[in-house]
Amino acid sequence: MAERPEINESGASGACMSASDLEAWFLREIFPLESILMHFLQQSWRNKSEIEDLRQEVYVRVYEAARKEVPAQPKAFLLRTARNLLINRVRREHVVPIEAVADLDALGAAIEVPGPDRNVIARDLLRRLQTALDRLPPRCREVVVLRRIEGLSRPEIAARMGISQDTVSEHLANGIAVLANTLYGDIAVLGERA
Amino acid sequence: MSDANPQQKVEASAREINAQAASWIERSDREDWDDAGKAALNTWLEESPAHRIAYWRLNGAWGHTDLLGALRPPAREQFAQSGRLSGNFFRMAAALAVIVVLGAGVAFFLSAPEDRVYSTSVGGHESIAFTDGSRIELNTNTRLRARMTTQERVVWLEKGEAYFQVKHDTVHPFIVIAGGHRVTDLGTKFLVRSDSGRLQVAVVQGRVWVDAADKQTPAQSAMLSAGDVATATANTMSVAKGVQRALSNELSWRRGVLIFKHTTLAAAAAEFNRYNQTKLTIADPAAEQLTIDGTFPTGDVHAFTDAVQTVFRLHVQNRGAEILISR
Repeated sequence: MAERPEINESGASGACMSASDLEAWFLREIFPLESILMHFLQQSWRNKSEIEDLRQEVYVRVYEAARKEVPAQPKAFLLRTARNLLINRVRREHVVPIEAVADLDALGAAIEVPGPDRNVIARDLLRRLQTALDRLPPRCREVVVLRRIEGLSRPEIAARMGISQDTVSEHLANGIAVLANTLYGDIAVLGERA
Repeated sequence: MSDANPQQKVEASAREINAQAASWIERSDREDWDDAGKAALNTWLEESPAHRIAYWRLNGAWGHTDLLGALRPPAREQFAQSGRLSGNFFRMAAALAVIVVLGAGVAFFLSAPEDRVYSTSVGGHESIAFTDGSRIELNTNTRLRARMTTQERVVWLEKGEAYFQVKHDTVHPFIVIAGGHRVTDLGTKFLVRSDSGRLQVAVVQGRVWVDAADKQTPAQSAMLSAGDVATATANTMSVAKGVQRALSNELSWRRGVLIFKHTTLAAAAAEFNRYNQTKLTIADPAAEQLTIDGTFPTGDVHAFTDAVQTVFRLHVQNRGAEILISR
């Protein structure tokens, strides 16, 4: 696991979450909802090449809000944030046709739908991991397996596979990015299109 | 990337930021990751919330891949080794036959004024550099006393586990005394672990000589070379030759991880309990014998309980200082 450096929040009061609390909160409450968020964005936004950027913007908004006050209902808050972002963009950017957003009122209903509980998400995670691993390019998958399952070091992997350490790093970085997408959001289709 | 609205692109594209975050995570996972790297990563993280979030997100997902080890079909491997399941932990540790005889324990010596005591608490990890160029890394819950003078170099490992990187000096051999035994370095890197009357010495590089710490103990001695692991109690000792693979698992704590290979849940829980105040208890004999593969951060009990819950469908109950795993 990568090390997490200390991040100093300037002027953080006792009421605010520290950066590490915020990170833990994101990992526990927000990222597991990513497939729901992505589903929502894909349903609601026509320009698929913008979905990843929209996701990022939603997260940044949730982050800014959570720094001040932690939302009591993360799922509702996440989807409301996404919805507001889309509405604002539709209103502000005249280049985006209004039909881009499927049905803004219907989005409200989606927020109330109960999501899968933690246990289901955890079980689902294993299936997603398998899928994610299967989807990696063969060499990349091999590097990830040697690193994460066999616990080999970068030089050991390079020696065993007959590739440079830089190539090992490239495969790993690629694997890290692709695995996250499949694990959390499953945007493989989107990735192929973009 | 379509960029129809350049005025909206305050941030770099999400894809770009993700690629950067992934590359930071990969870099921070390397052996040569240092303070300069950490500082550079911090600078990058401070640049924007999007950077932080991308880093958290990828790091979190990458952490979940701990579960990947569990995806390998354990049934087949268990079948191939049926009848040896209960011995899995020891096979992982060193492929040794271990005879449990609780003996005299740690030898007593009077402390001299030049002795210094170093210790870590549960979950701790300390590295000490000595002026002679030797280094000692203390694992969790470890206590040792060091006498490093111009005349002698002696370390008493009172409890726990330490990794020694010794600057060789034929005139002043580096000696580790633990579990009633004396480990004499012959130019080397080695690991010594002492708990519950059991001593384990593993050699990473060079050679060491292991014998009894005092003359009363029946003679038992061995020369260990790189890859060898000796396991000893007060009056027994056995040596496994060339278990390099298992050794890198044994040393994984230096990287802050525990690596399990066909490890029983009982043994895995015992390992976690060395590093954490929250203690795992497996309240089911059958569950104890299930085996698990995977790499886990030493301090992340929940990564383990999540895996156990997911893979074996066991119940995990948080009870404050204790986590109970049952069927």
